[in-house]
Amino acid sequence: MNPIFHIAHKELKDGFRNRWILAITLIFALLSVGISWFGAAGAGVIGFTSLPNTIVSLASLAVFLIPLIALFLAYDAIVGEDEDGTLLLLLTYPLSKGQLLLGKLLGHGAMMGLSTLLGFGASAITIMIFADGINAVEVIRAFGGFVLSATLLGLVFLAFAYVISAWVSEKSKAAGGALLFWFTFVLIFDLALLGTLVATEGRFHPEVFPFLLLLNPTDVFRLINLVGFEGSGQGVLAMAQDLSFGHGVLYSALIAWLLLPMGIAYGLFLKRPL
Amino acid sequence: MTLIRLDQVHKHFTNVHALRDLSLTLNPGEVLGLFGHNGAGKTTTMKLILGLEKPSQGLVEVLGQSPWRRQFSEQRHQIGFLPESVSFYPQLTGREVLHYFARLKKIDTAQADNLLERIGLAHAVNRKIKTYSKGMRQRLGLAQALLSQPRLLLLDEPTVGLDPIATQEFYGMVDELRDQGCGVILCSHVLPGVEKHINRAAILGQGRLRALGTLTELRAQANLPMTIRVSSALARPALQQQLEDLDVSSAGMRPINGHTLEWQSAPGNKMQILRRLARQQELDDIDIQEPSLESLYRHFVELATEVRP
Repeated sequence: MNPIFHIAHKELKDGFRNRWILAITLIFALLSVGISWFGAAGAGVIGFTSLPNTIVSLASLAVFLIPLIALFLAYDAIVGEDEDGTLLLLLTYPLSKGQLLLGKLLGHGAMMGLSTLLGFGASAITIMIFADGINAVEVIRAFGGFVLSATLLGLVFLAFAYVISAWVSEKSKAAGGALLFWFTFVLIFDLALLGTLVATEGRFHPEVFPFLLLLNPTDVFRLINLVGFEGSGQGVLAMAQDLSFGHGVLYSALIAWLLLPMGIAYGLFLKRPL
Repeated sequence: MTLIRLDQVHKHFTNVHALRDLSLTLNPGEVLGLFGHNGAGKTTTMKLILGLEKPSQGLVEVLGQSPWRRQFSEQRHQIGFLPESVSFYPQLTGREVLHYFARLKKIDTAQADNLLERIGLAHAVNRKIKTYSKGMRQRLGLAQALLSQPRLLLLDEPTVGLDPIATQEFYGMVDELRDQGCGVILCSHVLPGVEKHINRAAILGQGRLRALGTLTELRAQANLPMTIRVSSALARPALQQQLEDLDVSSAGMRPINGHTLEWQSAPGNKMQILRRLARQQELDDIDIQEPSLESLYRHFVELATEVRP
């Protein structure tokens, strides 16, 4: 069997052993069930409101949590093994750097996928059981798409984590770098876009502007979960309202966002001094 | 077949000349000790042999191939490596870790279990690595290196952190492997105790090979004096007088205690001195110490620094 699977298997086992998978799943489950039932509490309503509302609320939760978790799951993937001496050892095995990196992605990706599926699946099941007048097929379709895009978003940030991990020489620097990536893509990017928009009173290339959203994987993820629902975007997403990015374009953008950093991480890993 | 052949190898890094003109070979069934201070080029030599670095100049051939090429991957099944200070995945058990490495080397996990038993870890296989002592971790590292019954074994500081008994057992295993035809490179700066287990020694200093050969060859080359110590029932002045009459002692005889004297002598006259001393009825004990690996090491490294300060 390919060494990629052995590495993935080991990462997965590590994930179960140190309770990462359990912890992430529980966080996702608690928060998503909470949001499904109390998401509209601000409007004075308690209980399930509507599928689009729920998915959009869950997306705003996931967009903060998933990148953070993915970055912290994988920031030490390379630099950590280097510090422990196992990287030096592994590279003397019949195994290439590419296989090592892909094995890590597969293992960490399976952990992210599994926790997302179980955590958010819990809220799908709650809705199907307790909400009135709900079509189970629609719920499954909506949550299926959500879990798929959320897992992809997780993979993108795992790839970012590998870039950091292949680049820096110390674990503590990698942790700092991971935080920086999180701030940049989750907070600063949107603020900068909004700021530009407000400062120019919307006159700054209004036809180009929405495309800038594709430059941030978290915005792509949010767009995926807006398209197909009548839910209206808030903040920067409102700009993409009249643009008809289809699911095809958006998923392709996310996949490009996965491939690009994986390529960079691989390049950095090849050049990394031992 | 020669397992390792280095010929006039140079290795520069961006601003360091790590190795200059290094040539050495390793044959099956041979243990080569690689000695040198920190920064002498031991680690770089190991990395070149393992194909983790590419030589800047010269020839590196391991198992008949260039180790830094992609195609070398197939040969890696036949190489065992124990890195210096490796700490395995603390959350996994000893068995899980060894199974992981076995799978990566495409080796039956049952064989890994056998090895755990042989290495004396059978009682701890289901415990997490984080509970292991330094010695147990080192054993596990060695088990990992022995997984594929390697033709070539590289050991970097293998006995650091091992107690004397574990060290003995460790060298016992190295001897056994050598007898089976495995070629071993043993990198160490713990010199005492290694002598008996190596066939040849290579001494590195500042990226150059300072000396290479069997211990006998190195002793002859260094021509270091041996130390002779005799004790006797006679009082020291009488003993000293007797020895001087025998014409065995060179200058610098020094008393150890009231009945024991020690002096140094050129290595050539060992047998002559022994014969003369053996005829003396009054002597209780004779002890001849040939220069240890440590003094040889110091000799060759210091010699080099005198020539080029």
